[in-house]
Amino acid sequence: MVTALALPRLLRLPAAGRRAVSVTERNVVALKSSYWVVLISGFFEPVLYLLSIGVGVGKLVGDLTLPGGVVVTYAAFVAPAMLASSAMTGALAETTFNFFGKMKYLKLYEGFIATPVRPFELALGELAWAMVRGSVYSAAFLVVMVAMDLTTAPRALLAFPAAVLVGFAFGGLGMALSTFMRSWQDFDLMGSAQFALFLFSGTFVPPDGYPVAIRWLVEASPLYQAVVLIRGITLGSPGWSQVGATVYLLAATVLGLVVAGRRMTKLLCK
Amino acid sequence: MIVARGLVKRFGSFTAVDGIDVEVRPGEAFGFLGPNGAGKSSTMRMIGCVSPPSGGTLRILGMDPRREGPAIRARLGVCPQLDNLDQELTVRENLTTYARFFGISRAVARARALELLEFVQLGERADSKVEPLSGGMKRRLTIARALVNEPDLVLLDEPTTGLDPQARHLVWERLFRLKQQGVTLVLTTHYMDEAEQLCDRLVVMDGGRIAAEGSPRALIERYSTREVVELRFQAESQEEYAGKLTGVAERIEVLPDRILLYVTDGDGALAEVHRRALAPASSLVRRSSLEDVFLHLTGRTLVD
Ligand SMILES: Nc1ncnc2c1ncn2[C@@H]1O[C@H](COP(=O)(O)OP(=O)(O)OP(=O)(O)O)[C@@H](O)[C@H]1O
Ligand SMILES: [Mg+2]
Repeated sequence: MVTALALPRLLRLPAAGRRAVSVTERNVVALKSSYWVVLISGFFEPVLYLLSIGVGVGKLVGDLTLPGGVVVTYAAFVAPAMLASSAMTGALAETTFNFFGKMKYLKLYEGFIATPVRPFELALGELAWAMVRGSVYSAAFLVVMVAMDLTTAPRALLAFPAAVLVGFAFGGLGMALSTFMRSWQDFDLMGSAQFALFLFSGTFVPPDGYPVAIRWLVEASPLYQAVVLIRGITLGSPGWSQVGATVYLLAATVLGLVVAGRRMTKLLCK
Repeated sequence: MIVARGLVKRFGSFTAVDGIDVEVRPGEAFGFLGPNGAGKSSTMRMIGCVSPPSGGTLRILGMDPRREGPAIRARLGVCPQLDNLDQELTVRENLTTYARFFGISRAVARARALELLEFVQLGERADSKVEPLSGGMKRRLTIARALVNEPDLVLLDEPTTGLDPQARHLVWERLFRLKQQGVTLVLTTHYMDEAEQLCDRLVVMDGGRIAAEGSPRALIERYSTREVVELRFQAESQEEYAGKLTGVAERIEVLPDRILLYVTDGDGALAEVHRRALAPASSLVRRSSLEDVFLHLTGRTLVD
């Protein structure tokens, strides 16, 4: 305590990080057997899409020629998009439904903020936890991709941190959105938005064919940027668009966290 | 420990705490007493550094809550009015995970959890979920949780509301022990006997303001008489008897169901009542309590 008073500036950051980790830790302790069911269903969803659309529809579509001139199977084209959207789903599930429930119905966070933990640290800790879940999905899905010969092992290793970044971005945004939700009904809206993103973010069709205005809209969406990043890694040779996507996703993460932190301070510290 | 000057809390245009001055000294047990909506919890949340004051100055443990919230909260123990225990964890885990928020090592957290569960007599329920616990058990667990960081200052918002008499006495006894260890206690309560039992000093709050301040004894001496005679008359309204009682007591309070006579000599006053041939259905002579102080100050009874 004495040192904390003497060196407040030096110790502030590590202490904040430590407190955020303690919030993550709480979720690990709360992890109970029933939770695995949720985890497993989250893993199978993108795999089923990959098999039904990537492989199934892929038979009808045939191979694709990417803008760079590379020819790939349809399944290899769809797979990175499924990875990106499963990272999105995993992160959103944790930071929207679960987060909202803990805040609104369990009144859990009211107890947390009576300790040295600050709302921003709470948001950070919850996001880190969401990432644990998102990362498990991503890693498992990458293993499937390598096994199905849709990418190579070294590319998969590089794609993993990219998928984690995608999770962070969506987790941050989801958490920020949740702080504006009034009731569970609002989540239906979000679910629809999420599904629209899933369908139209260059996931199943390259957006080159869309009218210009719609193309811009699509290209501005976070999932599109996520798909660009991961597809660049698993299929092509990463270039400037991947750098741009990385910056975009980093910015989304920071924005989401800052907004979530501010809103939580407002909601909790009345 | 705590110094508040002109402390104000507003919610929109509504003023919940209206410029109160409070000073709590190290090692004392300090009480906030008042009816529903008096602003007790709002004050406690400001002291707990989770609710920013709307005006006035507030210093806790010599620090400024606006800038040094985490450092202050590290040394506070908080038992909120409504239990906000972690329903997804067991009784023991509630204490150990909470300890981690204070940066306490896992080994120390485990040891302390064990110790505190014994302290609040929940040792046998350590591995039970929180949900099936009774209200009183949850309350005791919340109190144990507030002690997990060995705080210098413990804030208890209605620690015994909803407890049966036995559980309440257990809590009182535990709080008394804490006080003996030198921990400063700040508590709110609706119960007069609780305030009299536990508090060295207290303030009576009403409508966001402080109506009176002092030790329980001093308040009783100042705002009440030594004894009180309670009379119940078999009648539509107690009011009609009040007129016939003039001169019997220093002060008379007429409540919907009874009449209170504030006197120095209770038995003497009761004898006088009988001499006037006013046969009350029941009568009681008792010592004056904080309840009477409150009634005098606000014109209302505390328990609705
Ligand atoms: N978050 C809030 N928003 C708006 N008004 C509030 C809020 N919290 C409290 N109030 C109002 O402030 C007033 C004081 O409330 P407070 O909870 O401090 O009273 P209290 O003395 O603790 O009462 P009780 O004995 O019922 O617990 C009440 O009128 C309440 O409606
Ligand atoms: Mg209250």
